[in-house]
Amino acid sequence: MANIKSVSKKTKAQAMGMHTEVLTGRTQQKFFNPDEAENFYYFGTHDVDFNKRTDLDVKDMTAAEANKEIDNLMGQGYGTIVIKNPQGKHSLGVGILNKLNLIFEGSLGYFGMGSCDGPIVRINGRVGWSCAENLMAGKVVIEKNAGSCFGAAIRGGDLICKGSVGARTGIDMKGGTIIIGGDAGAFTGFMMQRGRIIILGDVGINLGDSMYDGTIFVGGEIGSYGSDAVDAELTKSDQDWLKRKLKVAEIGENFDVSKMKKIVAGKKLWNYDNLEPTEKKGAI
Amino acid sequence: MCGIAGLIHRGKSSKVGHELQGMLQALKHRGEDSTGYALYGDTDGKNFIMRFKVGENVGEGSTSVAEDVSVYDERKKIVDGYLNEMEAKIIKEERILPYSLRYEIEYNKKDLLEFSQKIESIPGVEILSMGKSLEVIKDLGNAKMVCDRYNLDKLVGTHAIGHARMATESGVDIKSAHPFWGYPFSDVSVVHNGQLTNYWNNRRALENKGMRFMSECDSELIAVYLAEKMRDGASLEEGMKESLTGLDGVFTYFVATKDSLGMAKDTMAAKPLVLYESDDLVAMGSEEIAIRSILPQEIDTYDPFDGEVKVWQI
Repeated sequence: MANIKSVSKKTKAQAMGMHTEVLTGRTQQKFFNPDEAENFYYFGTHDVDFNKRTDLDVKDMTAAEANKEIDNLMGQGYGTIVIKNPQGKHSLGVGILNKLNLIFEGSLGYFGMGSCDGPIVRINGRVGWSCAENLMAGKVVIEKNAGSCFGAAIRGGDLICKGSVGARTGIDMKGGTIIIGGDAGAFTGFMMQRGRIIILGDVGINLGDSMYDGTIFVGGEIGSYGSDAVDAELTKSDQDWLKRKLKVAEIGENFDVSKMKKIVAGKKLWNYDNLEPTEKKGAI
Repeated sequence: MCGIAGLIHRGKSSKVGHELQGMLQALKHRGEDSTGYALYGDTDGKNFIMRFKVGENVGEGSTSVAEDVSVYDERKKIVDGYLNEMEAKIIKEERILPYSLRYEIEYNKKDLLEFSQKIESIPGVEILSMGKSLEVIKDLGNAKMVCDRYNLDKLVGTHAIGHARMATESGVDIKSAHPFWGYPFSDVSVVHNGQLTNYWNNRRALENKGMRFMSECDSELIAVYLAEKMRDGASLEEGMKESLTGLDGVFTYFVATKDSLGMAKDTMAAKPLVLYESDDLVAMGSEEIAIRSILPQEIDTYDPFDGEVKVWQI
């Protein structure tokens, strides 16, 4: 990725408390620098105009054909694309590394919007397993329900589901925010490393199992806590952030965030040290 | 990987053979070693329908050993003789394929255990289903191939479950294909997506209690497990709820009876399931595209949660 550099002083993200772990040894902290956001681009991306709008009916297209056509339309400068008849197809909208307004008039199957960086997406339907996996930046809003592994391994951006989601939401997530308007299934936040998950409804068993870091906020009942997931104090700044986030997400704007539970890693499972694997071998 | 699909019409009948074919064909990328249908057709409910095989499909991809068709004829003769001995009258006989038969039987005794044991004592013979509305049809190939081979497109009924199989833990043959009949219970069938890790422990325990296994496919355990619970007086739903702890591993399975359809999902929720529910139709499958094959319009669907059991009546 272009223009990511290590910074010696505290980044904005650190100042906001988004990264609490102390990385030492040879590890280099490389965080996104918002001051350089304008210089952030990928090879092969397009200069699009959000006011230039078009429809794309994918009823008789394969996912590969549909994704290629989306790229083709962005190449023609279309900044707002409305996808008609997605009909639960898998892998639609994957790999978009562009600023884009993308609207799906219907539901997606598995792996929808995977590995994206930058688009603003609204899905007026449901999504299947692994929606927005590896999302880097942007915003994905799902109007209905979502399947399991929602937001797996995301690194940034906002991922919002107004309905309920399946199991393992935010598994292995490394940043960003996931917001759920309804309930969430078992193993939510499983092995999450950074980022935040907000669930307004109930959540299933083993919440935050083996989480390394990050924060989970729950408005309803918790089935059970996973290994090393512990309660933490909900601070005033947490509440302010939650209110802001829910408002921006157009979800639960009037929700009483003061009663939410905050869950973090107990950090008893941590097994980090300062040695690289090769050095560790030498030390043994 | 495998894919499963099921549907139940409430208050009406429909071409369930055609509908299930569409759903399973949409899932064919999840496995097309074999495909199976459990169809609950409209019948007068007087006679039993017995679907059975006297041999295996030894076509492309099969792990079975080829046999001469004359062996099938010999086995069929013995079946006919045994039916006569047990005072089971054949009302209608169809030989759909050299190895696959469908009999309509007038049989007045309630206990199917003795009946089934007698028929299946013939080497190479297996009852695929026995019921007053259930018909299990399974064979090698994808959903369309099996549907065309057995003329299932026009079958009218209330509900159905099916399975598209990618063989992983047992052979590519009909005996390992789903659905499994809930032997010896009339009209009970099961399909499963997942792996059961306490198969052998459970199998040994169930065999010691007199239950029968026809394959080494772990999924068959679910049918036998539920049958044993029901034999001991549990309702279908109670048996399914017990299975969440009695069966170890990852699973989503469907079970159907003469008038109901149920689903169960393990406590890890490791296997997919998408569900659509309305007043007159419930449709579910491993992926949404299965449901979309019969309901292309925009609909509300959801994933059942971990450890969830649901049962619907026709």
